[in-house]
Amino acid sequence: MRSIETFMRHHPWSWSFVAAFLTWAATAAYISGTGGLALASTALSFSTFFVMVGIGQMFVITLGPGNVDLSIPSTITLSAVVSMMVMDGSNAMIVPGFLAAILVGTLVGLFNYGLIRVLSIPPIIATMSSSFLVQSSAIALGRGVKIKPPAALEWVATAKLTGVPVLSLGVIALAVCMAILLNRTVYGRSVTAFGQNTRAAGLAGVPIERIRYLTYSLSAVLAAICGVFLAGFSGGSSLNMGEEYLLASIAVVVIGGSSIAGGNSNVPGIFGSALFLFLLVAMLNTFGAAAGLRLILTGLIIVGVVTFAGGRAENR
Amino acid sequence: MNGLRFFASARFWRGALPALSLTFVLVGVFWLQPRAMSYFGLNLLFNLAVPIALATIAQMFVIAVNDLDLSIGSFVSLVACIGATWLRDTPLLGIAALLGCVAVYAALGALIYIRQLPSIVVTLGMSFVWSGCAVLLLPTPGGSAPDWIRTLVSYKPSYVPMPLLAAVALGLVVHFGLMRTSWGVLMRGVGGNEKAITRAGWSVLKLKMVMYALTAVFGILAGLTLVGLATSADANIALRYTLLSIAGVILGGGEFVGGRISPVGAVLGAMTLTLTASFLSFLRISPDWQIGAQGAVLIIVLALRAIVNRLEARR
Repeated sequence: MRSIETFMRHHPWSWSFVAAFLTWAATAAYISGTGGLALASTALSFSTFFVMVGIGQMFVITLGPGNVDLSIPSTITLSAVVSMMVMDGSNAMIVPGFLAAILVGTLVGLFNYGLIRVLSIPPIIATMSSSFLVQSSAIALGRGVKIKPPAALEWVATAKLTGVPVLSLGVIALAVCMAILLNRTVYGRSVTAFGQNTRAAGLAGVPIERIRYLTYSLSAVLAAICGVFLAGFSGGSSLNMGEEYLLASIAVVVIGGSSIAGGNSNVPGIFGSALFLFLLVAMLNTFGAAAGLRLILTGLIIVGVVTFAGGRAENR
Repeated sequence: MNGLRFFASARFWRGALPALSLTFVLVGVFWLQPRAMSYFGLNLLFNLAVPIALATIAQMFVIAVNDLDLSIGSFVSLVACIGATWLRDTPLLGIAALLGCVAVYAALGALIYIRQLPSIVVTLGMSFVWSGCAVLLLPTPGGSAPDWIRTLVSYKPSYVPMPLLAAVALGLVVHFGLMRTSWGVLMRGVGGNEKAITRAGWSVLKLKMVMYALTAVFGILAGLTLVGLATSADANIALRYTLLSIAGVILGGGEFVGGRISPVGAVLGAMTLTLTASFLSFLRISPDWQIGAQGAVLIIVLALRAIVNRLEARR
């Protein structure tokens, strides 16, 4: 018993898996039968999108106070619109569509970084201003456009092998790579060092500006890729498809046990809290809670988790 | 001589930037549509700027203490819903609910200070709570604003249109309160140097609670004005106010840290953003680009400010 306690204290991400399991168990017991397994499979499907954007946001938040990417929702929408237009429903165009999406992500990342660097403004303002432009472009391009995703993309985004969503396997692989990137590479260690003490990191020879540029690009590219799969998953792009990902991307990082003050992050927690967030809504749905009540409880749980986890360092 | 030097100083240009950008957009609108240069035209142009300006001032109080409120849009929506339902049907309940909101905001300020929490996460969570309350209260768009609010917001004084009067009054009152009183100095001091305020014997906890409560008060004013203008409400009526209010504060010369804010600038910033949207429609550009244009204005003004700052540093 002692060892479990120590393990959880040293691995703050384990809480999110416990919470996810408890909400799943409560719902599964309520619906009984094989519903529980189907629920787990659905949770895996939906949480993949949270994980994709959550990882990018996590790298940005690791950079320290004030670093947060508010342009994720608009990047998701713009990349979904652009990729659907390039693919135009044809399997042969899937690769060019993905390249176009990655180009969108790269440009947004470059623009975000450019604003931060050239105007020397806080990242939150930079990403907010650029999200206005990106969102507008998405609206202007995508108004009235209703293109179905290519069949192969739709299959990848929705198919399940014996109940396990194909896409979630890919995202697990992505999460493993990103965990290695964060913990075992020079880039990842530099991001952490940046978040713990930017000045010290700079003096120790970390190329501060390059790290910052790469991190904002990574976040935008992951959001762009998420946009393509999300369009494949939901049968095309829509203009408000990115909306819920602003809160979700930040919430999964914080609930997952990463420090909002930066410099101390982990990847597994993002997976656990993405599952938890989806299962929580599913649980409230099964218990028949009204939409309003669901929102209130989700909000209170997020506030509760940050209050409980506490912020050590600076605000914001 | 001193006077001349002031006009050439970076400080002057930084302070004048919000007014200059508003003038610029306003001249553009008048040039495209000279008929807007009338009592009726100005009324129409700036009507919807009043609730946005109030929400911007609300946001400014939080920014002054180095925090950020990502829930102000959903809070204003909730207030609009309360205004269109309880406040009309059972005024006492409505007033109690609004007072309760102020208390919740003050409690949030206390929570954020005591536990040293990141304000963006807490307020992001609260935005769900406010939205949830609004949906419970008004599941479908509807309700109707109390008559006294409608009369108040559609009041037409002679000579000067009401929105302009309201904007001037708002800017001056908050400017006086925050920039010209000793209380204002203390409250800005929380953002500037929290330790100094504590060492001087003041309670930062209480000051933060007051600032958050003031945010709620101005958020409530914004919601009630909005519901008066729109005459009915829905749970999503003001969601875009969150980003608009932050943009307004920044556009008005406020800074993110250090308690550097400008109430007059914030009001001007909110008016500029509202006007940018109308400017586009006068240019016959699709409203799809409205948010984009607001983003562009923000980026241009920030770029100009960066230039001014750099020139100052070079001297």
